[in-house]
Amino acid sequence: MSLHVVTPKTYVWIFLALMVGTALTVAAAFVDLGAATGFSALNDIVMLAIAVTKAVLVVLFFMHVKYSGRLTALTIVSALVFFALLAGGVLVDYLSRGMVPGHM
Amino acid sequence: MPDGHATAAAAAHPHHHPALQHHFDTLEQQKEASSFGMWVFLVTEIMFFGGLFCAYLIYRGMRYEGFAEASHELDVVLGTVNTAVLIGSSLTMAMAVWAAQTGRRKATVGFLLATGALGLTFLGIKLVEYAEKFHHHHVPGESFHWAGRFPDVAEQFYSLYFAMTGLHAIHMILGIAVLIWLLVPAWRGRFDAAYHNPVEIFGLYWHFVDIVWIFLFPLLYLIGRH
Repeated sequence: MSLHVVTPKTYVWIFLALMVGTALTVAAAFVDLGAATGFSALNDIVMLAIAVTKAVLVVLFFMHVKYSGRLTALTIVSALVFFALLAGGVLVDYLSRGMVPGHM
Repeated sequence: MPDGHATAAAAAHPHHHPALQHHFDTLEQQKEASSFGMWVFLVTEIMFFGGLFCAYLIYRGMRYEGFAEASHELDVVLGTVNTAVLIGSSLTMAMAVWAAQTGRRKATVGFLLATGALGLTFLGIKLVEYAEKFHHHHVPGESFHWAGRFPDVAEQFYSLYFAMTGLHAIHMILGIAVLIWLLVPAWRGRFDAAYHNPVEIFGLYWHFVDIVWIFLFPLLYLIGRH
């Protein structure tokens, strides 16, 4: 794999996209999206979706994963899968409490 | 016999780059190994912060109203400004990597200094926010006082707030320490197209800390604001 130099132009575009994302996040927090759609969790989902998009932009461009080998991508994906397994296990426990009558 | 080995390696590769360690065949292999090492470290960091995010998620789900009430005492303006400051520091960090890759010595030093200055600005704003929390007795412990409807939940929210933003701030402080240490080889012009691993992998760390804040900001500052 030869050296891939990402240009300042790309970095500035990503920076601007991240700033727009930040502005959209704050805007999404103050507008009641739930009242308009009847789905009360929509504000949180939109804010988290923007955060995930921003994180992906940082990882792909600032952290050069777009130009790195598969080993790097595999390392990140395995970390996320493992975290999802651990967090998912904990959530299954907490969210299912009280579902069985007579048991906490 | 490390000396003998080095001599043998130098004899085998008479024109090798001074930064090439003897246990690597090429600079490229050395660079991939160091980047991979940093990524593996960042995996452990994801798990480290992940535990706190998981705790946050569970209690927020269970006590949403109290979390929203507590979150409203945080300053959205300062939080937003700090997010912009940190994203700006990621830009200057990325530019420092570019400058190192293209052998621009002064630009490398300059962008690293700018990154450090923005990092310190972030910590300064964080300090103002923390001071305000102490002033209003919103720091968990003996003197915690909450005028709202959910004092117990608010205290728990602020425990998570200080644990998460505190751990993040410690990462920033350590990052700035490493950055200062990096300035020396940068100033001496040690980095070029063939060798810039230290700047590259420090950048990975810095951007990771930025990503953590990208999630902390909406989760802590922007609960039920509408």
